[in-house]
Amino acid sequence: MADGTYPEDLLYHPEHDWARIEGDTATLGITWFAQDALGEVVFFDPPEVGSTVTKDEAYAEVESVKAVSDVIAPLSGEIIEVNTALADAPETINSDPYGEGWLVKIRLSDPAEQDDLLDAGAYTAQLS
Amino acid sequence: MSRYTSVTPDDLREMLATIGVGSIDELFDAVVPEGVRLGREIDLPDGMTEQDVYDHLRDLAALNTSTEDEITFLGAGMYDTYVPALIDMLVTRSEFLTPYTPYQPEISQGGLQVMFEYQTAISELTALPVSNASVYEGPSALAAAGYLARLANRKGRFVISRAVHPHSRETLRTMARGYGVEVVEVPLRDGVTDPDAWAAAIDDDTSAVFFQNPNFLGAVEDAEALAGAAKNSPAVVVGAYDPLTLGILVPPGECGVDVAVGEGQQLGNRLDFGGPSFGFFAATEAYLRRMPGRIAGETRDVDGRRGFVLTLQTREQHIRREKATSNICTSQALNALAGVVYLTWLGRQGIVEIGDLLLQRTAYAREKLAAVDGVTLLHEQPAIREFAVRVDAPVQRVIEYCQDLGVNPGYALGRDYEEFSDGLLVALTEQRTREQIDLLAQVLGEAVAAERGARAEVTA
Repeated sequence: MADGTYPEDLLYHPEHDWARIEGDTATLGITWFAQDALGEVVFFDPPEVGSTVTKDEAYAEVESVKAVSDVIAPLSGEIIEVNTALADAPETINSDPYGEGWLVKIRLSDPAEQDDLLDAGAYTAQLS
Repeated sequence: MSRYTSVTPDDLREMLATIGVGSIDELFDAVVPEGVRLGREIDLPDGMTEQDVYDHLRDLAALNTSTEDEITFLGAGMYDTYVPALIDMLVTRSEFLTPYTPYQPEISQGGLQVMFEYQTAISELTALPVSNASVYEGPSALAAAGYLARLANRKGRFVISRAVHPHSRETLRTMARGYGVEVVEVPLRDGVTDPDAWAAAIDDDTSAVFFQNPNFLGAVEDAEALAGAAKNSPAVVVGAYDPLTLGILVPPGECGVDVAVGEGQQLGNRLDFGGPSFGFFAATEAYLRRMPGRIAGETRDVDGRRGFVLTLQTREQHIRREKATSNICTSQALNALAGVVYLTWLGRQGIVEIGDLLLQRTAYAREKLAAVDGVTLLHEQPAIREFAVRVDAPVQRVIEYCQDLGVNPGYALGRDYEEFSDGLLVALTEQRTREQIDLLAQVLGEAVAAERGARAEVTA
C-alpha cells in the first residue's frame, strides 16, 4: 500500500489500533500507520479465546522483521475469536490491515468505553 | 593514598583545593556519616612481592589433583574425554579466540557460519528442528527450558525427576522461584524415575516436565514413556541428554521430547577445573520464538551467494528489553566451536562407535565391580557410560584409599542423595582401558576390605 487509509466506519485508539463495533461485539486490528511503522509482519502471537482484554492494555504481540510489539486493546471485553489465518499468512496484516488482517473479535464488557475512541479524522489529525 | 591509583600528591592537593577541603579525612568527615564508618584498618594480610605471590599460587595449585595425575572414574556430569589436538589448533586461531561479541554480526561471516554448523550438528544429533547457538552450560540450559515453558503456557508447576543432575535441579529451583512456579520432585524406583509417581504428578497446571537421559545414576530412562505421560497435559517435555550417547540412544526428537538440553563439555572441551563449557538447547518448531539466546540462519545475499545472519533477534533483550525471551544475549561461541569441531572429527560413524565403545567398557566395568566382595550394583537398569554401586564401607574413606593408590573410583552419591549414602557413581570414558578397569576392581576391593576392617575396629 502506497498511502495510508483510515476508513470512516471504524473507531481508533491513539496507540494505532482500530475497532469495528457490531452490536455488543467488536473486531480489532492495527492501523495502516502501525503496520507501515512495523514493516513486514512475520508472526502474530494471539491471545487465548475466552481470555479477557482490558482497554489501554496489551493483549497480543505482533512481530515484524524489526521488532516485537505489544498490541493495545482499544476496548475491554472477552476474546471470542482470533484470526487463525494469520498463523500461516501474518503478512496479511500489512496487505489488508482493516479486512483479512483483523486480529481478534471480542464481546464488549463496557460498550460506553467507545466514547473515548477517536474517529478517523481525529486519529489522522494526531498522526501528523 | 592507594598505591594502585596514579594520583600524585600534587594532584591530590589540587583536587582538595578545588573543592575547598584541607584533607581526605576532612572530606570523609563532611560526607560519610560516623555510624557507617569502619573506624579501623581493613583486616587484610600485607602485600606480597611478586616472587612470594608466585610461590603461594604454586603451592595452592599443587593441592589440585587433575585427571592427568590419577586414573579417574569420576564423572557425574563432566567427563575426562580426550580432546584431539585438532581442536586446540582451530579454537586458538585469533579469528575465533580474540573477538568480543560482534555488534554488527553479519560482518563476521566466519563466526556465523560456525554457529550455523554447530546448530545443524545439534539439530541432527537431537532430531529436533531448531537449535540455538548454545547457552552457558547444562544446568542453565535446563532452567532456560523451564522459562520457555512458562512463557508458552503460563502454568504454575514444574515436575522434575529426582534422577536429573542435582545442579540442574538446583538451578531450576532458583529460577522458578523468581517467576513463581512451584517445583515438584518425582522420586526414583530401581534407579530410574518412578513411572507411577511421574504420571500422578502431571496435571492441567503442569508447565513443564524434566527428565535426564542417561540419568544421574547412569541409568537409561524410558524416554518415550516419560514423554508420553505428559501427552494429555499442557506440559512442555524437557529432556536433558548426554550428547555423547546420542549416537546409540533414540534421539529426543523421536521420543516426544519438545526441548532437548544438555551439557556440552563432553564434546571437545577439557574439564578445565569445572568450566567454562557450553550448554546445548534444541526444540521443536512450535517453540522457535520462545528460544533463549542467539540463532544463526542461512540466507542468500543480493547476488545469490550463500551467507549467514543472526535471525529472530526480535526475541532478544537488546531489542525487546524486559520482554525478551531470556536474559541470555550471547552464546559460549568458543566452547561450542570446540563442540562442533569435535562432532565433525568424530563424524557420523564415529559418534556411533564411541557410544558402542562406552557401552562395552561400562558393561565390562560393571561386571568386574559387581564381582568385588563388598560391592553390589545400586540398580540393574541399562547403562551406557556410568553406573552406580553400593559399597559396604564408608564411601568417602574408600575413595580416599583408592586415590592414595592412584585411582579415583568415582563420585560419592551421598553428597546429593541421602538415600544413597553408600552409593558410588562410576564413570567410563573412551580413555579408560580394560587394564585400568581391572586395576579399579582390584584397588576398590582392597579399599573396601581395609575400610570395612577399620569400621569393625571402631565398633569393637
